[in-house]
Amino acid sequence: MKAWRIWCARRAGDGMSIFDLSLRFKIPLLGSIIIIATALGLSLSYMVQARTDLKRDMLENSEGLGRVLAHTLQSPLLHDDVWRGFEIVNTLHGDEASRGSFQVEGLIVLNEMHEVFVSSHPDAYPLLIPLGRLGNAFRTLSTHLDSIPLGQTLTLETDDKILQVVPLVADDVVLGHLILVHPAEFFWPRFKTLAGNTAIITGLALAFLLPVNWYWGQRMARPLVLLSRRMDDLGRTLPEPLPHTIYPYGDELGCLFDAYDRMLEEREVKTAMEREIVKEGRLAALGRLSAGIAHEINNPLGGLMTAVDTLKQYGEHDTVSRRVLPLLERGLVQIKDIVAALLVEAKGASRKLTWQDVEDAHTLLAEEARKRRVAWQWDNRLQGELDLPATPVRQVLINMLLNAVQAAGPEGRVEAHIQATDAELSIEVGNGGDTIPPEQMDSLFEPFASRKETGHGLGLWISYQIVTQLSGHIGVESRDGWTRFSVALPMENETCTTAASA
Amino acid sequence: MHRRLFLHHLGAGLAMTSLPNGHVLASEDRPLRIGMSPVFLHDSHGLMGEWKAYLSKRLKRQVIFVLRDSYGETMDLIKQHRLDAAWLCDYPYILMKAYVIPLATPLYGGRPYYRSYLIVSSQRKGVHSIADLEGKVFAYADPYSNTSYLAPRHALKQLGNNPDTFFRKTFFTWSHRKAIEAVAKHLADGAAVDSYVWESLARVEPEFTARTRIVSRSEEFGFPPFVVDRELPGGTARDLRHVLMGMERDDEGRAILDKLNLTSFSQARPEFYESVEDMVRQAGG
Repeated sequence: MKAWRIWCARRAGDGMSIFDLSLRFKIPLLGSIIIIATALGLSLSYMVQARTDLKRDMLENSEGLGRVLAHTLQSPLLHDDVWRGFEIVNTLHGDEASRGSFQVEGLIVLNEMHEVFVSSHPDAYPLLIPLGRLGNAFRTLSTHLDSIPLGQTLTLETDDKILQVVPLVADDVVLGHLILVHPAEFFWPRFKTLAGNTAIITGLALAFLLPVNWYWGQRMARPLVLLSRRMDDLGRTLPEPLPHTIYPYGDELGCLFDAYDRMLEEREVKTAMEREIVKEGRLAALGRLSAGIAHEINNPLGGLMTAVDTLKQYGEHDTVSRRVLPLLERGLVQIKDIVAALLVEAKGASRKLTWQDVEDAHTLLAEEARKRRVAWQWDNRLQGELDLPATPVRQVLINMLLNAVQAAGPEGRVEAHIQATDAELSIEVGNGGDTIPPEQMDSLFEPFASRKETGHGLGLWISYQIVTQLSGHIGVESRDGWTRFSVALPMENETCTTAASA
Repeated sequence: MHRRLFLHHLGAGLAMTSLPNGHVLASEDRPLRIGMSPVFLHDSHGLMGEWKAYLSKRLKRQVIFVLRDSYGETMDLIKQHRLDAAWLCDYPYILMKAYVIPLATPLYGGRPYYRSYLIVSSQRKGVHSIADLEGKVFAYADPYSNTSYLAPRHALKQLGNNPDTFFRKTFFTWSHRKAIEAVAKHLADGAAVDSYVWESLARVEPEFTARTRIVSRSEEFGFPPFVVDRELPGGTARDLRHVLMGMERDDEGRAILDKLNLTSFSQARPEFYESVEDMVRQAGG
């Protein structure tokens, strides 16, 4: 039942109506109705026309026959030669006349007194019977006989007969009349044949048109139905794009599908952007929060550390103090380190980044990599000095490399590409470790979000803070067994220019 | 065949022009013209062709059958000596006695007689004699036919009726066969026809004659005789009589006689036709 209907939720509660049918059925159904109606209408009008024409033609044929007969019958009538008259009306009567284009049921020759002189059927129309006594149709006819203008014929249609009268005229004197008797529907046998043929032809046309229409309608409706389904899904999820083969034509329908695809694309971009904005907003808020907390901790921390230092230098050192003070000091140092890490400060006085700074990072981690038997692919293309602070960039690079080496796992693989243009420094570090699950992706750069068992989970957070403070962008892609972190940092003079222009 | 005939004619023509007494030769050589009554033969062209070929072969002379639509026309031809011989109905024979002499009478059923049959449609009940047809439509074959015209009118007179007003309407069909047809198709209520024609047709087309019913049979009349022009040379007349009467003696002739529904030909005798002559006299003919 459901398959017959369009599934959209808006209509789900309503009663079933023919107009709620799926287009897959509605289009071919409407097409079929139109085709059948057209075929029937055409056939019907043709048959009505044919019936009229047929009747007229047959009456004309019959009248022609009547005129020829009338001419031949003059002499027998003049000479009272009943037998010759009988032979004449019988020669042209019989199977030929009743089956062919005449359909003459009977021929009657009247004398001038309107009595039967001779007839093709003496049983029905006996000799010398006055016309009026042959039946109703003939009684009506007898009143019209004398009013037929010279040279003309008369056709009288009654309920059961069509009578044609041809006067027998010699030298402008009416000798008698010839009556051709037709059954009222005398053209019916020929019309039946004609109608039969028309029906066969119409049937053949329908047998061809209906399946073609059904196929065509389905073909038109299928993409629309798919489109409709996708549109309906749009509110809930982001549907897949339509297959390109579904409707490869450039008409309005094709344009509709193109528009749908464009809309879908835009929607995807927008969704991604929204997600990014949310993420960045969250990270920014976190940055502000952590920086605020760090500042608030820093002040008492400084006091505490000074106090511990004073105690160490000048205090009395009993057993407990000697044991507790180093513990305190180590704890405070650890707090200071963490606070320092949270208080990322990328800006500030620093020398400019050089090729060597990048190579130093490589050297620093070469030992770690060797221990883990990680295969390196190192590609440093920097030249000269870059308009970027060396310290924070080195920290970011070291974080990325360390993460990569750790993530790659034993005998893993790490690739690093560092290159620069006039406008931007690009760092790409990839590793062949486990793919990052999607649920972790969104919170990857948040503090303490690390999935590693080792480390404090602030490496990516710090990198993120630095890159953001340097107006750069950090991103990650992880799929098919390859995870790639990429950082793009605009040159500082560029940033200034941008800032100035902004 | 036609080519040979044509050459034959050409030879005759040359002989006529080259010989002073060519008339005799020419009369011997030209085809023998025999007038045929429009009996049932009219519709049996095959049979007529056979008979004509037989006579030509036996007479060693070409024979032509001359057909006319009515007895009257045949009688006119006799008056004009345009026929050498004719198969005539007995009534015209009586009327034409001044021009013709009887040659041979066919034997029908072994006897030189035939009758007049009064017929009506087989569907018509309640007609037992000609008197029951008063005010009806009646078909005659020919005004010079004994069995179809003279005999029924004579019968009406015997009953005290005026044959001209007894029927409501009468018409001529110009052949006995067609008179039967007029009754079979209900165009006429009744008709009088030649018993020989009716019986012969009953033999070959029984379903046709079955549509009619014989109401009464007349007395016997002499069978229509073969006559010759009084001016025909005696030898030719004798030859023709000899051939006709000899038909029963050979297979070919017997086969034709059988198809004609005749037994043989006999010498024509005046006494066969006395009853017809009486009727003609009474009719004022």
